[in-house]
Formats: sequence, structure tokens, C-alpha cells
Amino acid sequence: MIGLPRWLLVPAAVGAAFVLLPLVAMVSRVDWGGFGSLVTSESARDALWLSLRTSTCSTLACLVLGVPMAAVLARIDFPGQGLLRSLVLLPLVIPPVVSGIALLYTFGRRGLLGHTLDVLGVEVAFTTTAVIMAQTFVALPFLVISLEGAMRTAGQRYEVVAATLGAAPSTVFRRVTLPLVLPGLLSGAVLAFARSLGEFGATITFAGSLQGTTATLPIQIYLERVTDPDAAVALSLVLVVVAVLVIGVARTGRSAV
Amino acid sequence: MSSGENGEASLRYDATVADRDVAVRLRVAEGETVALLGPNGAGKSTVLGVIAGLVTPTTGQVSLAGRDLAGVPPHRREVALLAQEPLLFPHLTALENVAFGPRSHGVGRQEARALAREWLDRVGVGDLGSRRPRQLSGGQAQRVAVARALAARPRLLLLDEPMAALDVDVAPALRHLLRTVLADRTAVVVTHDALDALLLADRVVVVEGGRVVEEGPTADVLRRPRSNFAARIAGLNLVAGRWNGEAVTQGDVAVRGLPSDDPPGQGEQAVAVFSPTAVSVFREPPGGSPRNALPATVTELEPLGDRFRVRAVAGRAPGQVPLQAEVTAAAVADLALVPGDRVNLIVKATEVSVHGASRAASAPSRTDTVWP
Repeated sequence: MIGLPRWLLVPAAVGAAFVLLPLVAMVSRVDWGGFGSLVTSESARDALWLSLRTSTCSTLACLVLGVPMAAVLARIDFPGQGLLRSLVLLPLVIPPVVSGIALLYTFGRRGLLGHTLDVLGVEVAFTTTAVIMAQTFVALPFLVISLEGAMRTAGQRYEVVAATLGAAPSTVFRRVTLPLVLPGLLSGAVLAFARSLGEFGATITFAGSLQGTTATLPIQIYLERVTDPDAAVALSLVLVVVAVLVIGVARTGRSAV
Repeated sequence: MSSGENGEASLRYDATVADRDVAVRLRVAEGETVALLGPNGAGKSTVLGVIAGLVTPTTGQVSLAGRDLAGVPPHRREVALLAQEPLLFPHLTALENVAFGPRSHGVGRQEARALAREWLDRVGVGDLGSRRPRQLSGGQAQRVAVARALAARPRLLLLDEPMAALDVDVAPALRHLLRTVLADRTAVVVTHDALDALLLADRVVVVEGGRVVEEGPTADVLRRPRSNFAARIAGLNLVAGRWNGEAVTQGDVAVRGLPSDDPPGQGEQAVAVFSPTAVSVFREPPGGSPRNALPATVTELEPLGDRFRVRAVAGRAPGQVPLQAEVTAAAVADLALVPGDRVNLIVKATEVSVHGASRAASAPSRTDTVWP
């Protein structure tokens, strides 16, 4: 095996330290004595529960919408495909607060669809639904990108065989396409869940910060950062632990596939 | 055996794929196996793709058992495809792979599994049903792929170089299996191998540059190829007759050889195959170890670069057997060979492989009368 040039190790080490040091610093600031009461306070429990609930819902929404999107992008050639792919991936690069404003002017009371929704008696903005929509909006591209790549890598050879064996397109999709991209699907879903869990900008813009309704864990941390820094640090640690757990689950799930 | 030209054609193929410049006419009778021979890029796979519904022809028509296939999606064509690689679904066991076709046709789970078990038994891997594809050897996986294709009950089976990806030591066993399953089955086999064509196919269609350049009964084409490609891979000596345990006898010509992995029974139809390069030409019968010394009359000398192909006939009319030898130009000069000369064609018995072949044997007897 060919060795790496030694000088690469220095910037690599600096980079690793840059990522890990702030985490260490944060853990060192945790008030372990009050940790239990800080993370079990009513507002903390509300925020954690809300975050887990909404992130789960938005991950499901990403699967329902993103799997068909990835399949269309990976399997069908149509004019404007490249442009459409770029636009779908836009939420990856625009600032989340901009995403929030865009959502507000679409689904808010005075938004594009606001009047229609009003007539139907549906109010979206500043509800838990809005939290899920904001999370779905920013997390969807992660799932689409990861799954589309997996589908392109898998290719269509097995799908062709399945079709010549008499399997209708739905059967091929369910019994061949999806099982073959399961690792990609799983990592895409984990990425979407993690992105939803950390969502802040779009959520606070579109959904606000009402405790128990729209104040997710990141928003709660942001709010308490000034009033109660100890609580903010404790909750941050909870968020880190949840994220680490998610990655761990995803890794074991992947190796089992 | 039926000829696609005369019998009722099951597959009727007259189609053009313009962007690949492939325009081919092909007929396959019910129960007939046709070999599609040709160099890489000749358009063989395109033809298979059109039949399977994976490539849309620019113009023309393809029909199977009287049904026009235009616009029929692949899964409703009753055409199964066996490729070079087995392409077993990696997430399913061997048994589930074979049950896939029946399940897709609406057969219940239990019944599909029972069918799959039966097919695995028939292809000789009944004990491997619970294995995943990655736990199978190349030969085992291709057997499972054969079972999977047949379990789908196709009206037409397409085989795209089914042995090309296999080790040489497992190819003969799979060839034997295919011979068994292709008997009486309507199939198109794409191959590069003259022996595959001989043993699996009733007729050969040679495709070059997107056009059919030659077609006819397998033994005819392999013996006296007219197209460049067929000449390169074929030009084999075939003696078809009865196997008496030592030699294949056709009329008064007897060729001793070694039974292959697919040996004929005593008194059964068999074909002895040997390459022209294994044949040497002598004026007088030599002594020594070669066990085949066939008296013959030279009919033609054909230059092939620095070599000559010596064409000759052995035996008495009307059952004369055409044979050919490939010798150096120097040898032709030394022997002063001219057409009409009486010679002895010498072949070591170890150079002759004998295949049991009801399929391959019936064709030569019919074609011998047209030989000059």
C-alpha cells in the first residue's frame, strides 16, 4: 500500500481538533449537579418530545415524497431534468431562514395558498404542522440525493431481469428496486432525521417558538441561552447524545443489511 | 425437428433499429432453438433487446405465437432472458429467486415455493435453495438463473452468451443442462462458440454489421461457413452417425474419438467433432499411434494466408462425408496435392470429441446431399 505524504497529517489533525474541541468545551461547561433537574424540567421535556415527534413525522414525509422523487430523477429521462434536480436541491444551499420566509409566504395566512387553506378551515403557520413542514422542506434534499445516487449505482440490470420474469412495474419497484437500495434509503432517512432534529432557522421563522407546540429542542436552547445558560448547555448535550444515538443506530442497521 | 422457414413460425421478427443500424429478419419455429452468431457489436444483443421489449424498434414488426408485440411491456411478453451473468437478486435466497417469476404471475406463496423447489431439483441444485446468491459458485448461480428463467414459463427463452462468464471447467456441465432444457423449447441463443451452436441449436443465423449474412441448419453453417465470422469460429469437421462405443460411423466412414462430458449411449446418434488443424494429410497410410486414417479424395485447395485448407470427401457416394484439413503451404507443395488426389487424412483419436446429439445429428444427414 502506498503511504500518504506525512505533511497531510498536520492539517488533518487540526481539522479533527477543530470539530471535537468545541464539543469537549461544551461538555466541560455542563453543570453536572443540576443536570438532572435541568433536562427534566417541563419546558425541556416538552421540547425534546416535540423534537422527536416532529422529526419522526418529517422523516416519514420525506420518505413518502422523496422516494418517488428520487426514482423519477434516477430512472426517467425528461427535458429539464438537470434544472429540476438543481431546484429540488435548493433547500440544501439557501439559508434556512430564507426557507422559512418562503414557506410563510406560501402557507401563511397571507401567503399564496393561505386564502385557500383559510377557506378550508386549515391554519398552518405557527402550529406543530408548520414545524413538520419546515423540517421536511429542508431535509427532503438529503433523502433525495442519497437515494438517487444509490439507485443510479444499483443500475437497472436486476429490474430488467425482474420484468422479463413477468413482474409488473409496481412489483419490480417493491421487490427489487427498493430492497437493492435499502442501505441508501436508510442512510438517506437518517440524514433527513438528523437534519430535521437540528432544524432551527426555517422553523422559528415559519412556526415560531411556542413552548410545547413549536419550540423544538434547538429553539428552546436558543431561547434559554440568554436567560439560563446552564439549561442551554445541558439541553445541547442532550441533542448531541440523541444525534450520536441516531448515527449509531444507522451504522448497525447498515451493517446488518 | 422443424425448420423456421418451413414450419409454423412462433417468433416472427422483421425489425430495424435505426440508431444502431440493425435490420434483421428472423424466424423461430415452435420448439426450435436458433443460435445467433456474430462478432461483438454485430447487433445480436439489440435483436434480443427488441424481442424482450427493452429496445424499441424504429420500424418493423415482432410477433410471438401470433401476437403482435408492438407496445407490449416486457413483463407481458412471456419472454425470459438469461444473460451472461446470472444476475440473481442478491437480497433473495436461491429458492426465492426461482419463485419470483411464479409469484409475479400471481401464484400463491406456498405453490410458488413448491414450483421453485421442483425447478431447483431439475437443474441439479435442489440442495442450495436456502443459499444467498453470494454463497453460490458461478456455475451454481447460473443453474439457479436457468431454473428462475424457466419457472417463469416463458413462451420464448432468450440466452445471451449464457456460458461466457463461466470457468471452462464448469461450462460443459451447464451446456449439458441447457441441452436438456432447450430440447423442444422455443429459444434464441446468442453465442460465440461453434460447439454451443452445434449442441444447442437447430439452426444458425449469422449476423454481421447489423444484417443477417448467413443462415441455415447448424451443421451446414459450421461445416462450410460462407460468412467471414462463421468461417473464423467454425469450419469444423463434423461426422454424424451412430456411436458403437469406439467410433462414430457414418456410411463406411468411422471416426474414433473420446466421448465428451455428454456421452452418447451405445448405438445412439452421435457427432464426432474435430478441428481441421488436427488433421494431417498423407499420401500413404502411416503406421504409428493415430487411430484414424480416413481414405479420402481431395476436392479443393483453398489458400488461407501461409496455410491451405484442404477439402476432401471420405467414403462412397451417396453417403460421402466432407472433411477438411489445415496444412502449411510447404506441405501442400511437398505432397504436390491437386484436386482429385487420393489421400489419407490422419487424426488422433484424442483430438476428436464425441457428443451425443440427436439434435445435431439429424441435420448433417440431410445436408450431405448438397455437398459437392
